Order: sequence, then C-alpha cells, then structure tokens
Amino acid sequence: MSEHERGDAARAPQAREAVRPGNSRRALLAAGTAALAGVLLAPGIRLIEIAAAQSARPAGEPASSKIRWGMLVDTTRCSTDCNECVKACNTENGLSGGTSPTDAQWIRKVEIRHKDTGRTSSAPVMCQHCANPPCVDVCPTGASFKRADGIVLVDRHTCIGCRYCVMACPYKARSFVHEPISDQKPDVPRGQGCVESCTMCVHRVDRGQQPACAEACPEQAILFGDLNDPDSAISRRIREIATTRIREDLRLDTGIRYHGI
Amino acid sequence: MPGIAPKRWLKAIAFALCAGALVSTVSASDPASRVAKPAISVDRSTQCIDSPDVMRRTHMDMLKHQRDRTVRAGVRGEKVHLNGCIECHAGPGAGAAAGSAVGSPQAFCDGCHRYAAVKLDCFGCHQAKPAASIGGGR
Repeated sequence: MSEHERGDAARAPQAREAVRPGNSRRALLAAGTAALAGVLLAPGIRLIEIAAAQSARPAGEPASSKIRWGMLVDTTRCSTDCNECVKACNTENGLSGGTSPTDAQWIRKVEIRHKDTGRTSSAPVMCQHCANPPCVDVCPTGASFKRADGIVLVDRHTCIGCRYCVMACPYKARSFVHEPISDQKPDVPRGQGCVESCTMCVHRVDRGQQPACAEACPEQAILFGDLNDPDSAISRRIREIATTRIREDLRLDTGIRYHGI
Repeated sequence: MPGIAPKRWLKAIAFALCAGALVSTVSASDPASRVAKPAISVDRSTQCIDSPDVMRRTHMDMLKHQRDRTVRAGVRGEKVHLNGCIECHAGPGAGAAAGSAVGSPQAFCDGCHRYAAVKLDCFGCHQAKPAASIGGGR
C-alpha cells in the first residue's frame, strides 16, 4: 500500500474499502464468474474485476449518472503492427474499414514520436468521451449529446450533417457519412448525411459487455470500466500507474486515459 | 313437354340476372371493396404488441417516443423497438416480402407507405432485414 493510497483511505471510507480486499470486493467477485478470481494480472489487479465490474442494465432503466464509463489504454502493451482493435470496431459497427478521406473511421492506430528523445509509441485513438465535449457545445441542433453515463453520442434523428462537431473535435474522432449505406448492423444504425463516431459500443455496454476494441485486444491493453466506482479495476489501475490524457491542456476531462505515452 | 321447357329456361335466366344485379348493387354500396388495398402479406401466426387498428394509427408515435428514450436516456428492452418490427414483419413468416421491410410493393413497411404516399425515413440508417438473415447482429 503506497503512501498515496493510505492518504485516500484516511479521507474516505469508500476509498478505504477499495484498497482493502474486504467484503465489498468479495461480493463483487461473487456476482461475476468467480472461477477466474484468482488470476492475478498485476499487484492488486485481478482479471475477474474486468468482467464483474459491469452487468446488463435492467430493461426500462435509463443510463445513470452514478456511472462514468471510461477506458485506460496501456500503450506499453500496444504494438505498432497490431490492428486488432480497429478490425474489431469495424466488424462490430459495420464500418467498411476503408481509410480514404470519405470513409468513416471510429478508431485509428496512431504512431507517436517524441520530438526530443525520438521515443515512439503506438496507441489507438477514438472519441475520448469528454466530460466537457466541444462537439456538444457547437452542435446547432442538439444532436450531439453526452449520455448520463458519460458516453458522447450523435442522435442521428436530429443530426443535420453540418459537421461543426467534426471541426470542433480536437481528436479528429468524428466522421461524416458521404455515401448511402445498406449493410448496417441491426444494433448500430448509421446512414448518409450524418456525423458519427465511436459510441464506446453503447449497445454492448448496455447489455453488460465491454466495447469490441477492449475485448479484441490480444494484449488486454484496453481496460474498460466505471471511473466513478473506486472499486472498479480501471479506477484502481489509474490510482496505481501514471496515466495521461491526450491534450490534457484543453481540460476536456476525457474518459479515455493512456499509460506510457 | 316442349311448351313448358323454354319458360323454365327463361325463368332461370331472369333469376340469375336479378341475383347478379343485387350482388353488384351491394358491392357498389361498400366503398372499401372498390378501393385498391396495399398488397402486403402479414404473418398472423404471431401476435403484434397491440391490435392492428392501434398499430396502424400510432406505430409512428410509438417508435418516435421509444427512439428518444433509447438514444437519449439509454433505456433498453422496451416493448416498442424497430428491430422487433423487423424481426416479425420482414422475418420468414412475412410471406412474399420475406427478407426486408422495404424495397418492394409487397414489403411490409414499404407496401403501406407507398400506398399512402408517406415518406419512410427509418431505413436510411436502420437495417431493414432481420439480424438472422444478415449473418447476425449480436
């Protein structure tokens, strides 16, 4: 237990439970598939919490602001020649996979090189699901919105395709659909004339699954979970290791965090 | 008896003519049967979420309110959902138009909307075929 965690524990009873593997965590583990509970990924991180942290929301219940969904990308485990998350995203959401200027891309693998040291790293970059999203600020029709649980979405019923949000997004996360589409997935409606971006696989998350990219990563470099829950695997991981957010200077409070860039 | 037989024959013709006239008068007085109807095929083996009268009049309002609850608030598992319409009305039981809710005058959604000249926007974005027929969506 680090000094930092001791400080947290002294301040809030919730945090004290988070660092002590006591009853609350046992209950959480029992709710999920307990067989995997013993698998230790790193000190204090057990594989089970990745799966047990989420369960399908009951039918008829709206998304809750008590939850804030987020992802932690460990770029030290992300290799340059791996593209599995992008492929999984394309398959899950019915994207063509093309990379021309008129093809929709919800997630891209980006190579980053530090100017001074020359150190390179590779990272998947998608919609960062900001708490203060510029795309929502600029949308003239209210189509671009943030759901109660922090997922930033486009309501295509209201989108007029003006593309202000595409201009406003500092992460270039949004795409415009130029051509008519007919091979949509039933759970992922998308069509010509609307702007779209990563939905954090909202249809999967609502069913209690994790996003397709996180599930597909062969190195488990993408950790998905509830940032508001101090007991969740992602919360404990970002308490433990140094993480950063892209363009943190913009103070958008993004839901996607990166380690090792 | 040759004198009587033609009379009977004439009577039969007169009766047939009268009956024909009666039937045609009845049908002319029922406007519904004179108006062409959309040629959709409906699978009656399963029950829709409400009666046909209610569905015909209010399906658009049902879908509009549900879509806002689902997209904006994230409510899932509602009674009304477009994928549910597609599963039944473009599913294997839907007869001639099986496979898609749009694309032909016999297709369930398109048939009526063409007939009523009401523009159908749903399928610019939504998949008009059931999940099973396009290699699953789940």
